[in-house]
Amino acid sequence: MNNLLEAHTVSKKFGDFTALNNVSISVPKGSIFGLLGPNGAGKTTLIRVINQITMPDAGHVILDNEPLQPHHIKDIGYLPEERGLYKSMKVGEQALYLAQLKGLSKVEAKKRLKIWFERLEIGDWWNKKIQELSKGMAQKIQFVVTVLHEPKLLIFDEPFSGFDPINANLIKDEILRLKNEGATVIFSTHRMESVEELCDDIALLHQSNKILDGKLTDIKRQYKNNTFEVGIKASDKNKLKEIISQKFNTSSTNFKSLDNILKLNINLARNQSSNDLLSYLTTQGEVSHFVELIPSVNDIFIQAVKNN
Amino acid sequence: MNHLPLIIKREYLTKVKNKSFIVMTILSPMIMIGLIAVVAYLSQLNNNKSRTISVLDESGLVQDIFQNTENTSYTLLENISLEDAKSIVEENKTYGLIYIPNNDSIEQLVNDIKFYSEEAPSLSLVTSLEGKLASKLRDIKLQQQGVDIEKLKASEIRVNMAQESFIGEKTSKVDSVVKLIFGGAAGYLLFMFIIIYGNMIMRSVIEEKTSRIIEIIISSVKPIQLMLGKIIGTSLAGITQFVIWIILGGILMSIISAIFGVDLLQQTPQQDVIQQAMENPQVGVEIQNILTAFYNLPIANLIIAFILFFIGGYLLYSSLYAAIGAAVDNETDTQQFMLPILMPLILAVYIGIFTVIEDPHGTVSTIFSFIPFTSPVVMLMRIPFGVPLWQQGLSFLLLVGTFMFTVWFAAKIYKVGILMYGKKPTYKELIKWIRY
Repeated sequence: MNNLLEAHTVSKKFGDFTALNNVSISVPKGSIFGLLGPNGAGKTTLIRVINQITMPDAGHVILDNEPLQPHHIKDIGYLPEERGLYKSMKVGEQALYLAQLKGLSKVEAKKRLKIWFERLEIGDWWNKKIQELSKGMAQKIQFVVTVLHEPKLLIFDEPFSGFDPINANLIKDEILRLKNEGATVIFSTHRMESVEELCDDIALLHQSNKILDGKLTDIKRQYKNNTFEVGIKASDKNKLKEIISQKFNTSSTNFKSLDNILKLNINLARNQSSNDLLSYLTTQGEVSHFVELIPSVNDIFIQAVKNN
Repeated sequence: MNHLPLIIKREYLTKVKNKSFIVMTILSPMIMIGLIAVVAYLSQLNNNKSRTISVLDESGLVQDIFQNTENTSYTLLENISLEDAKSIVEENKTYGLIYIPNNDSIEQLVNDIKFYSEEAPSLSLVTSLEGKLASKLRDIKLQQQGVDIEKLKASEIRVNMAQESFIGEKTSKVDSVVKLIFGGAAGYLLFMFIIIYGNMIMRSVIEEKTSRIIEIIISSVKPIQLMLGKIIGTSLAGITQFVIWIILGGILMSIISAIFGVDLLQQTPQQDVIQQAMENPQVGVEIQNILTAFYNLPIANLIIAFILFFIGGYLLYSSLYAAIGAAVDNETDTQQFMLPILMPLILAVYIGIFTVIEDPHGTVSTIFSFIPFTSPVVMLMRIPFGVPLWQQGLSFLLLVGTFMFTVWFAAKIYKVGILMYGKKPTYKELIKWIRY
C-alpha cells in the first residue's frame, strides 16, 4: 500500500455535538498532506484521534498497514496548536524528558539534541529556563522535540504561528528536508500560501464533514474554469471590449501593467480552445498579456465552503 | 510503554528543586522552633524573676509555712502595725505583703487575710499561697478539735483503679490519653498531608494547562499515567519535606536547648519527673503506667493500618484534587469545587476530636470510620483503642473500592478537562465529560 496513514469513516461525538462525521482520509507515504478547514471544522479532533488522545466513536485508523496501537506513539511526532513548555524547567532537561517520553534513551536523545540545537543555532540555550526565552525561541525547541525521535509521521498544527518570517522560513526548510528524508507530514493551517507552497495533497473539512480531498494539482484542475486573463493594446478600449464581448464571455479585471491596455477576464465556452482565443485576439491588437487563471487554494477553500 | 517512573522522577525533581519548596522546607521548622524557643524562654524569664514577699502574721499561727524557695523569699515582719508594714513594703519596693490578723476563731480569721501589692499579683502565686494557708489552717483547726494529724496523714489512701477488658487487655486513664495522642497525631497528620500536597498536585495540573504543554505530553503518555505520576511524584516530594522537617526540627530543638538552656519540653519535663520518681514511688507508678500504655498499644496493627489508610485516604483525595486542577483554567476557579472536598475532611477531624475521644466505639465513630471519605482519619484515630480486625478490613476494602472509583472518575474528568480551555465548567458539564 502506498498510504502511510488511512482514516476510515471516523466519527466522534462530544455529547450532542458531532465533531467528526464519517471522515476518511488517505495520506500517501512521503507526501505533505494539508488538512484544511474553517475554525471548528474538526481538524484538531481528527488529529487527536490519529494521536490516540481521543478515541473515535466509530471508524478506525491504519498506520503503516497496521491498525493504530499504543506503540505507534513513537512513530508520530505531533506539534499541537496549543503548545507550550514547562516554564521553570531548563531547556535541555525538558527536551530530554520529552524525548524520553517518546521512547528515546537518554544518551541517544542527548546526542540528537546536540545536533539539532547546533543546526538551529540554539546550542547555548541548553541551561536556560523556558521563561527566559521569547515565544519564537520556545517554538523552535518545540519543533525540535517534535521531530527528534525521527517519526514516520509528523503532524504540525499551525506550525508557523509565532515565528517571524526568517524563522518561519527556517522551519519550512526543515520540514521540506524531513520530507526528503522520507517522513510523511500532515499539515494543518489557515495560511493558504504555505499550503500552496508545500502541500502535495489536501483534505478540506467543513462542519465535521470532509467536503474535498485529493492531489492538489487534481483539485486545482477540477476547480479551474477555463478563464484567461488577457491584455491588449488598444486605442479605443471600450469599443474593443464590445467587439470581444460579442464573441466571448468577458468580465473586467485589473492587474499591473506598464502600458495603457484593455484588461479582461475571458471565460471560454466548451467549444472554444485557448488557441482560438489567442489567434482571435492577435487579430484585434497587440497582445501583451495572456495567462490561464489557476484557482488558488484560498479560492477553492472559500468556494468549497460556500457551496456546502 | 510505561513512562510512569519517568513522570514520577520529573515531578519529584521539579518539586524538590523548586526554590519556594526549598525555602519552605528549611524555613518552616526554623520559624516553628524559633517561636517555641522564644515563648519558652520568655516564660522561663518570667518565672525566674525573684521576688520578696513580706509577711505580717499577727496570729502567729502560720509563720512556718513561709519557707524561702528559689524564686520567692519571705521576710517576716513583727511587732508593727499594719499601716507601718504597708509603708515599709511600699518603700522597699518588695513584691507584696501578706496580712494575717489575730483572731481566735479561724473562720473569722480566714475572711480577713489580705494580700497588699502595688500591682495585681500573679494568679499562680495567689493560688499557691491560698493553698498553703488553707492546708495549714485546716490542720490547726483539726488539732483544735482533737484530731491527730499524724494519724490522719498516715491513713490517707489513693485509689488508682486498674481497668481490664474481659479478654484481659489492661487499660487505664493514662492509657487512654496515650492512645488519644497516637490516634490524634496519625489522623491529623493525614489531614494536613492531604491539604498541603493535594493543593500542590492541583497547582501542578493547572500549571500544565496554563503553560499549554499538556497536549504535547498527552500525545506521548496516557492521561491516567500522567495523573498517577503527578500524584506519586508530588507525594514523594511531600514525604521528603516531612522527613526533613522532622529531622531539622529535632536538630534545631536540641541545638537551641543546648545553647539557651531552655528545656522546650518543660511542660512534661522528663528529667524532673524521673528525679521525682526516684523519691516518690507514686510518680514512679505513673511513669510505669505511661510506658505500659505505650507497650500495650497494638503497635504492629497501628503501623500497618497507618500506612494502608494513609495511602488509601491520600490517593482518594489527591485524585480528586487532580481532577479539579484539570477541570479549571486557573486557581481562582477552583473555589467552587474545593468545598465538597474540604467538608468531609474537616468533618472527619471534628468527629475524630469530639466523638472518638468521648466514645471510640460509639455509633457515630463507628459509622464514620466506615464512610470512605472520613474513614482514613477517623479509623486512624480509633485504632489505638483497639478496633476488631474485620472492621478495619471492611473499612479498608470500602476505601479501596471508592478510591478506584474516584481515580476512574478523576481520570475521566482529567482526560477531557486538560484539553478544555477558556471556560469555567459547571458540575453539570463535569458529569457530561464522564460520558465522552
